[in-house]
Amino acid sequence: MRIPLRFLVPTLGFAILVGFFVVGLKRDPGVLPSPLIGKPAPEFTLESLGDPAWKLSPADFRGRHWVFNVWATWCVGCRQEHETLLAIAREDRVPIVGLNWRDDRALALRWLGQLGNPYAAVAFDPEGRTAIDWGVYGAPETFLMDARGIVVWKHIGPMTLDAWRRDFVPRLPAPESTP
Amino acid sequence: MRGALAAFLLTVATTGALAVDTGQRFGDPGEQARYERLIRDLRCLVCRSESIADSNALLAQDLRREVEELMRAGRSDEEIRSFMTERYGDFVLMRPPVAPRTWLLWAAPALFLAGGLAVVLVTVRRRAAAARTNPAALDEEPDRP
Repeated sequence: MRIPLRFLVPTLGFAILVGFFVVGLKRDPGVLPSPLIGKPAPEFTLESLGDPAWKLSPADFRGRHWVFNVWATWCVGCRQEHETLLAIAREDRVPIVGLNWRDDRALALRWLGQLGNPYAAVAFDPEGRTAIDWGVYGAPETFLMDARGIVVWKHIGPMTLDAWRRDFVPRLPAPESTP
Repeated sequence: MRGALAAFLLTVATTGALAVDTGQRFGDPGEQARYERLIRDLRCLVCRSESIADSNALLAQDLRREVEELMRAGRSDEEIRSFMTERYGDFVLMRPPVAPRTWLLWAAPALFLAGGLAVVLVTVRRRAAAARTNPAALDEEPDRP
C-alpha cells in the first residue's frame, strides 16, 4: 500500500521534532561546554585565603593531577557539595585546590572552620578576575587538571559522588601507579 | 485610585528604560557608544537571556569591568570578543558566529521558507492540473488531486 505524501510529510516532520525534543529536553540547560578542556590551566598568582603572604599559582600543583573547585560562602550549591568535597579529600587521591570567588576573607575562613576544610590550598579571588580567566559563570564549578597542567574535565554545579566516580576517577592515573 | 493606576502605568511604561549600567565610563562619546554596543552583544551567562548591559549579576559587573579595561588597553572589538569566547565559548555572544557548524542554524529560516514555498507550488500546480482535466472535481474535493 502506498502511503500518500500528504500523510508522510507531516508524520516525518513530527518525528524529527520529537527527535529534537528527546535529545534537547534531557540536556541540562545550565551546563555549558567549556572551551578550556584540552588547554593548559589558565595562569594566576593569588594570595592564599588563610595566609596573604603565600602566593598560589597553577605551577605549584604541576606534576600530578589536581582538582580546582570554585566556591563562595554566598553560594548555596557550595554548601550542598561541601560534604562530598570532604569525602573526596578523605580518599586522598588528588589535592583539591579551592578558588574562593568574590567573597569575604573572614566569612570564608569561618565557613572552613565550621564545615571542615577539604582543600590543600585556597586561592583568594575577591575581584573575580581569575574566575573570568577560567570561564567561571556560576559557582560551584570543579575542574580536573592532569599532571601536565592540562584541563581534562569540568563539572558544573554541586559536586556529587556519582559525578566524581563517573567523570573524575576514570581520568585519574591508576592508584597502583602513584607512588 | 486614579493616582495609583497612573503610578502603576508609569512604572510599567518606564521599566524598559531602566538601564542597569548607566554610568558614563568614557568621556569620549564614540568610545562610550562602542562600549555600550560591546556589552549589549555579550551574554550574561548566569541570566542567559540578558546581555551584560541588562544584568546586575556579579558576573555581569565583572565582565563589564573587563570590557572597559580591555578597551582602555587599546584592544579591538574583535580582540575583546575573542577574549570572551576563549573563556566562555560562543554562547557568550548574543549573536552566534557564522561558522560551518552554525550554517544550518543561520540557513534554517531560508530553508523553512523554501520548504513552505515548495508545498504551495506543488499544491497550486496540482490544483491547476486537476482543474484542467476535471473542473467539477474542484468543487467536490478541493484538496485532492
